[in-house]
Amino acid sequence: MKILVPVKRVPDPATTIRVLPDGSGIATDNVKWVINPFDEIAIEEALRIKEKQGSGEVVLISVGQTAWQEQLRTGLAMGADRAILVKADTPLDTLAIARAIAKVASDEKPELIIIGKQAIDDDSNQIGQMLAEMLGWPQATFASKVELAGEKCTVVREVDGGLETVAFPMPAVITTDLRLNEPRYASLPGIMKARKKPLNEIAVDSLGVDLAPKLKIKTLNAPEKRQAGRKVASVEELVQVLHTEAKVI
Amino acid sequence: MADFISDLDFYQLDELLSPEDRMTRAAVRQFVQREVTPHVEKHFADSTFPLELIPRLAEFGVFGANLKGYGCAGMNNVAYGLIMQELEAADSGLRSFASVQSALAMYAIYAWGSEEQKNRYLPLMAQGKLIGCFGLTEPDHGSDPGGMETRARKDGHGWILNGMKRWITNGSIADLAVVWAKIDQGITGFIVEKGAPGFSTRDIHGKFSMRASITSELFFDDVRLDAGAQLPAARGLKAPLACLTQARYGIAWGAIGAARTCYQCALDYTRARKQFSRPLAGYQLVQNKLVNMLTEITKAQLICLRLGQMKDAGTMRPEHVSLAKRNNVQMALDIARTARDMLGANGIVNEYPVIRHMLNLETVNTYEGAYDVHTLILGRDITGIGAFD
Ligand SMILES: Cc1cc2nc3c(=O)[nH]c(=O)nc-3n(C[C@H](O)[C@H](O)[C@H](O)COP(=O)(O)OP(=O)(O)OC[C@H]3O[C@@H](n4cnc5c(N)ncnc54)[C@H](O)[C@@H]3O)c2cc1C
Repeated sequence: MKILVPVKRVPDPATTIRVLPDGSGIATDNVKWVINPFDEIAIEEALRIKEKQGSGEVVLISVGQTAWQEQLRTGLAMGADRAILVKADTPLDTLAIARAIAKVASDEKPELIIIGKQAIDDDSNQIGQMLAEMLGWPQATFASKVELAGEKCTVVREVDGGLETVAFPMPAVITTDLRLNEPRYASLPGIMKARKKPLNEIAVDSLGVDLAPKLKIKTLNAPEKRQAGRKVASVEELVQVLHTEAKVI
Repeated sequence: MADFISDLDFYQLDELLSPEDRMTRAAVRQFVQREVTPHVEKHFADSTFPLELIPRLAEFGVFGANLKGYGCAGMNNVAYGLIMQELEAADSGLRSFASVQSALAMYAIYAWGSEEQKNRYLPLMAQGKLIGCFGLTEPDHGSDPGGMETRARKDGHGWILNGMKRWITNGSIADLAVVWAKIDQGITGFIVEKGAPGFSTRDIHGKFSMRASITSELFFDDVRLDAGAQLPAARGLKAPLACLTQARYGIAWGAIGAARTCYQCALDYTRARKQFSRPLAGYQLVQNKLVNMLTEITKAQLICLRLGQMKDAGTMRPEHVSLAKRNNVQMALDIARTARDMLGANGIVNEYPVIRHMLNLETVNTYEGAYDVHTLILGRDITGIGAFD
């Protein structure tokens, strides 16, 4: 079975993010970049399915700049078979990215697309759903368990207040939640092997899809600095302050 | 606040690393943070080595990572150095284990062993299924291993080995010992397997340093060895010294990891800790210490990166390694001691990693050529006059 896993390059959650003074984006000097953690879970799930079935192909895809190769190589070092970088010289919005991936998917014809439920940088939570719509495939979002039997797939979803189990035929799109699995590390022999695995580049313009931006980021603001706490003398004063200053009661 | 603080890459050396180097470091760092750091304090307190990590480290490809063939990962030397750095950021004992397994025991067989010995031992050692140790030091011969008293005499086609070794990392948990001994023609090496009649070990207790690492004595009492136990290409003191060069290379990198942990801890602590109504980090005296640490770590990083490039290019000499080992370990020890001071009373408890690193680094300063022994090696190199031979 062929599984396509879209991968996004995001800032390492451990780095301190600084918003540029003009609010147009974040400062990227000295930022370390990693695979979006939810996409890492998607790669792991695809690898497990392949290992369980004893055959198949795990193909990674990114829509981004040349530097994104590094995250694709990391995914190859984890064990994916090959990678496709759809090269876009400038960042695209989610709709354009989904269109590009959908186009490649219609050529590649995977049985499954497994993708992180959201990226930890912009938290959009859109690409998986858009892909399902564009391809006309069933979707199972926020998966915490995936099981395959023949042509059918069963997914346990994490929904508010509980779990929901859905079953659907493939091809299909699955988006991964945090508890689906714990991704493996890229091993050192894996890193060496990744060097020789195919990483093909396609120019995004050559796909013939509409890339016109529909979304504009107007400004980014850093979260407000936390104020130091203050001690009050009595319960009466506390109630008073919560009412008149904090205005929460 | 600058972002580099969290990664301690002040001179953006990451740009000089290959994507594979960065990937390697990221993977090892993640592994260490998740699977080593949470348990290391307990192992140090109980004086136990985390044996459970051996298969995990092996699966990861850490053992013999920079050797080619025989089931080894075949990484370049910068990537190998980065692995050592990340292991020692957790504990010098863990890095010691990896150094002894890879740079001493495996390398000795790799460099001086027969094809048969290589095929027999190296793949299993890379898989962590065989643990090695390296017996050079003796009770009366440390800095001067050439004076060793352990002897092997010919007996028919084989050998009879007699003597003892002391301060041997992994000694009692090793499946095989690479043992250096004198024969009529000079110094040579032997592979002695665990359980060989006449071969026994005893652990050294009461250590205040390297407690999460096993250190033993090895005893050889008429140990009978086949002819095939000798490392055929190991002739003279240069054979064990070549192994030490490999291990010292990794130590120079490892020291950066230990120093980084101590610096990070001192930085976080002094930014949060207030005395005289102001964070400690807001005082000039404290800032001076932090800036000195940053400067020294950055210098050590530059030394190691260049040394690694030279090692890959085949232009590295043992004296180059001496400079790096001498400088970087002293640097790390100074930083650990200063960080210990900056944490005040909290600097003496194991809620913080600093005192453990400080104590470990006392060993790192002594083993693999004490600080002053490297001074003598470098002194001989630049003056042409040996002060110790
Ligand atoms: C935890 C631990 C693990 C170890 N693991 C191993 C191992 O796996 N395998 C192994 O073979 N060995 C191992 N060693 C031994 C280590 O390599 C030796 O301790 C080291 O070589 C120093 O020898 P020594 O302790 O006999 O000190 P000495 O040689 O007695 O030195 C003592 C002091 O004298 C100084 N000195 C020595 N000669 C001179 C000189 N000519 N001029 C001026 N100063 C001098 C030294 O710099 C040092 O400060 C280990 C040691 C420790 C503590």
